[in-house]
Amino acid sequence: MKLELLTAVTVFVLSVLVGFEVISKVPATLHTPLMSGANAIHGIVVIGAMLIAAESHDAVGYALAFVAVAFGAMNVVGGYVVTDRMLHMFRPRRVTGRAVEGSTEGRD
Amino acid sequence: MDTVETVVAYVFLGAAACFVLGLHFMNSPRTARRGNALSAAGMATAIIATAVLLADQGTITATGWLVLILGGVLGSALGLYAARTVAMTAMPQLVSLFNAVGGGAAVLITVTDLLQSDHPGALAARISVPGALDIVIGAVTFSGSLIAAGKLQGTIAGRPIVFPGARAASVALPGVFVLGAVWLVLDPGSLAAMLLLLAAALAFGVSMVLPIGGADMPVVISLLNAFTGTAVAMAGFVLATPALIIAGALVGASGGILTKLMADAMNRSVPAIVMGGFGTGENAAPAVGAGPAAGVRSVSADDVAIQLAYAGKVIVVPGYGLAAAQAQHELADLAALLQDHGVQVDYAIHPVAGRMPGHMNVLLAEADVPYEQLKEMEEANAQFAQADVALVIGANDVTNPAARRPGNAISGMPILDVDRAKSVVVIKRSMGHGYAGIDNELYTDSKTGMFFADAKKGLAELKAAVRTFVG
Repeated sequence: MKLELLTAVTVFVLSVLVGFEVISKVPATLHTPLMSGANAIHGIVVIGAMLIAAESHDAVGYALAFVAVAFGAMNVVGGYVVTDRMLHMFRPRRVTGRAVEGSTEGRD
Repeated sequence: MDTVETVVAYVFLGAAACFVLGLHFMNSPRTARRGNALSAAGMATAIIATAVLLADQGTITATGWLVLILGGVLGSALGLYAARTVAMTAMPQLVSLFNAVGGGAAVLITVTDLLQSDHPGALAARISVPGALDIVIGAVTFSGSLIAAGKLQGTIAGRPIVFPGARAASVALPGVFVLGAVWLVLDPGSLAAMLLLLAAALAFGVSMVLPIGGADMPVVISLLNAFTGTAVAMAGFVLATPALIIAGALVGASGGILTKLMADAMNRSVPAIVMGGFGTGENAAPAVGAGPAAGVRSVSADDVAIQLAYAGKVIVVPGYGLAAAQAQHELADLAALLQDHGVQVDYAIHPVAGRMPGHMNVLLAEADVPYEQLKEMEEANAQFAQADVALVIGANDVTNPAARRPGNAISGMPILDVDRAKSVVVIKRSMGHGYAGIDNELYTDSKTGMFFADAKKGLAELKAAVRTFVG
């Protein structure tokens, strides 16, 4: 997977623009899950860590790769799980629970 | 490229598409959870594909596999534990921590790559330039995020810490970056160049975040998030892996947008915040004993309860004071009681309410407030004129009408138009100043009643009082 520099820069620039486009449509209500979700996405770094683990051939290399993989895995797993946990709390108004909008009947 | 390599490359492309679509689905609370699941599925597939690629290439040693498995299990366990147990109020710390490990991993990739691969001295600039950038950005993010997490957690004082020579350091260190980076590009095999760059960047991360006050944290976290994304993209350049470049660029864009939004909402420029020394942190020591000033109307729980119970529409304006007092649940209970009585209740959320972008929404969602009632600033401002009561809890500067006039500390800051409501009730412990350190003109408005109480206790009293009227 060798990439020419120009291709790599092109991919980078276009991705930033796609990012701007997609993310500017996210409502402020969801900015915290957005950030933790984006956080999970940069956990892709774990793939890089795996690739360098394959290149390593001495104790220093293994130690560095170990830390990198552990960091990356923590980033990915923690990021997605906590985002899911948060988004789970954003539920729509319940019809059977507390009064529906416009209802004037007290339940207490 | 052999067949496996090609297939894996396509899998990576698919994963990148999943990330973009996942972020796209975040545009509505209804689809957001599915979006996150899609993004996670893309990530899992990419990780499995990488493992297949490594097995196929066969260059990885048995020890290498062991390192992968042990590191992966350890990291996953830590991440899972943290994600499951973290309190929603502590979310900014956790995000900072993930920024730190993400940035740290990106640095380690370049460091290991430069140390381990057989690149001769004349390494192409295609690798050494992004490599140097990765080390700088990643290391700044790593140490900066750890300091930010410490400040948010309270381990490190939230107030701006200015140490002797801090200014000198923030001017001198970037000079060292340039020096170290040029050295590393000219001599990519040089361990000394790499260590110099690493040390300067780590020191800069610390000296950049220490002088920033707690109240500026939403901007700092967003900025560090953007840095992490960029560092990951640079690691992608070093490894020539498009998946890392795309994912890193997406996160960089996301962090960049949020940084801009937060800075705008606080009426501050990003450079001014990073230069620091201004944010006082925790709502500037409330001036205890500073009793009601002239022109302030103090009201009791019963007065407020009557106002609320007979209102048609109430808009609640929650600030960080609410979260600091852990009173979200009391507020949600009070709102439910009013709604059962037929009062329409909405929440007006200022973009910087909380310690990270959107934080207040998560805190209220946790207290079971349906998201339809959470109104963004613009939407809420259009509704204040129809509100019978605006109930302000733990929010200060963002409600100060003085922002509409030039010539004061918050001039031009976007605010919630609380003063346009028919009547206003402010729950507050004292007349203490907010973050900007100026008087809030809302408090002396003739239609404003001040209910002096701690948010949690005050709301509990209100709930009891409302219950006697509607019960």
